[in-house]
Amino acid sequence: MADPVRDRRERSGLSGPDYAWLIQPDRVHGSLYTDPRVFADELARIWYRTWVYVGHESEVRQPGDYVRKSLGLQDIIMTRGADGRVRLLLNRCAHRGNLVCEAERGQAKSFRCPYHGWTYKNTGELIGFPFNQGYGGKGTIEAELSLAPVPRVGAHQGFVFGSMATDGPSLAEHLGEAAAELDRLARLSPEGEVELTAGWLKHRTRANWKLLAENETDGYHPQFVHGSIFSVTGSPIGALYSDKSTAVTRNLGHGHSENDLRPEFRRIGEPMRWFGTTQARVPGYVARMREAYGEAAEQILIEGAPHVMVFPNLFVAEIQVFVIQPVSAWECVQHSTAVQLAGAPELNRRMISQSVGSVGPAGMLLADDTEMYERNQRGVAMLRPEWLDLRRGLHRERTDERGLKVGTATDETAMRGFWAHYLSLMEAA
Amino acid sequence: MTAGEPDLWQIEQFVYREARYADEHDYDAWEALWTDDAFYWVPAGGDLTDPAGQMSVIYDNRSRIATRLNQLRTGRRYAQSPPSGLRRVISNIEVLGREGSDVTVGANFVLAEAREPGVQTWAGRVTYRLRLADGRIRLAGKQVLLVNRDQPLPTLAFLI
Repeated sequence: MADPVRDRRERSGLSGPDYAWLIQPDRVHGSLYTDPRVFADELARIWYRTWVYVGHESEVRQPGDYVRKSLGLQDIIMTRGADGRVRLLLNRCAHRGNLVCEAERGQAKSFRCPYHGWTYKNTGELIGFPFNQGYGGKGTIEAELSLAPVPRVGAHQGFVFGSMATDGPSLAEHLGEAAAELDRLARLSPEGEVELTAGWLKHRTRANWKLLAENETDGYHPQFVHGSIFSVTGSPIGALYSDKSTAVTRNLGHGHSENDLRPEFRRIGEPMRWFGTTQARVPGYVARMREAYGEAAEQILIEGAPHVMVFPNLFVAEIQVFVIQPVSAWECVQHSTAVQLAGAPELNRRMISQSVGSVGPAGMLLADDTEMYERNQRGVAMLRPEWLDLRRGLHRERTDERGLKVGTATDETAMRGFWAHYLSLMEAA
Repeated sequence: MTAGEPDLWQIEQFVYREARYADEHDYDAWEALWTDDAFYWVPAGGDLTDPAGQMSVIYDNRSRIATRLNQLRTGRRYAQSPPSGLRRVISNIEVLGREGSDVTVGANFVLAEAREPGVQTWAGRVTYRLRLADGRIRLAGKQVLLVNRDQPLPTLAFLI
């Protein structure tokens, strides 16, 4: 069978994939999920250019704390220096490229490369290289040979993002409308702070990272993929994603999107309903929230947490945070944890318990999503039909008062927003 | 050994039976082994002291064990539909301690799971909490420490 992508490329005279043809307003080409050249282009044009979520400030609370993270395929050490600043350093010795940090997390003022003993401060600065007369002594190579910092680091509500590009849009410009959704999460803490301190599950997934990013705000699948657990537990979640639901799907711009469930929760009008409980079950939390936010507390407690996908790799699903780590065109790792809210111990334990039941390799929700990703990956490798269809709800999409595209709870408005932004990045070569 | 406590042969027979029920997706027989205060715990990377305060791969009480099995019974738990082909070998069985009517038993296991696209090997340490009641052994707790729990794990939707 002919390779349509190659045929097209030869006709167009392009040296690489023709993204404007592969990504159309109502459909995308299957090769975007399988072609290693597309993955290589994504590394250069998305993962190593735009803002990517790396870690949370609460994971390195004390000066000297560090934790290993990733950015694209890069192994990153997130550290907090004696100056209190959070830094992102590439885990590569400036001598011969060995990993300077093997532990997943810990406390260290410095990192010592095991290969030849080169030592770096947790700010990245080279402070020791044994038998230093071989380099002409101290004060010679230090300025030139440090651990490489991620060029730009920014944070919003403690969520730390890095960009491998030295210039480009600011983090605030990149986050745009999605910033307010992270604010909405933080407001659920009586102290206004999110903490990601419950540890992470890591789920190896034999599927392209974009299948996950698209699924996170797909309101069409829950009743089908998760019907088994909804029926067993009598969960009301399924109804939020039905034809009758007043919830909406919103393209937040810059590839970000949300399932905005607030219309449903406002209609019901019960505080804590979003968490599947009542005020009476968490009296301490509700009292602290009313104390902290006064009259505004009622609305916060009714509307609940966001369900937002922050392009390209951070997903907040009410009480869980997911991070997508790309590995290759055919593989990625999903990291997941429970949201923890400062000053809300009553909620925190419940959020861990619910999350452990739902997410990760054995999760009663996420294992089934992951089964879909992996079957989907095998499916998109079939050559016919060539396209994945994205037209659902196109005819009934509207523009809201903020100028953002909005579809019903089950429409593919979010996916279309993802791909429009993806195309703009892939074409800005 | 005092009267009323299970001997090693009985313990081994119980452990092997539990493994066979899990391997053969015999959810009813497996569920009937558990006590009402049971825990079924597969820790993720991290410490082993506070399962309620951190993420685990699985941390089920008796009620959640029932939910997990009921989901499997629907036939629409897609991560186990079709069910994995499973066989595990349990060895190095040791009685590690006794506390009241409970006996703590340790063992190692290796498990082959056949599921698209191939065979996945799982291995680790199991610590069982067994309780002798009414002349029979029940499962009051099971902790499974995977050797690769610090690494990304593939889907684990069968009974481990």
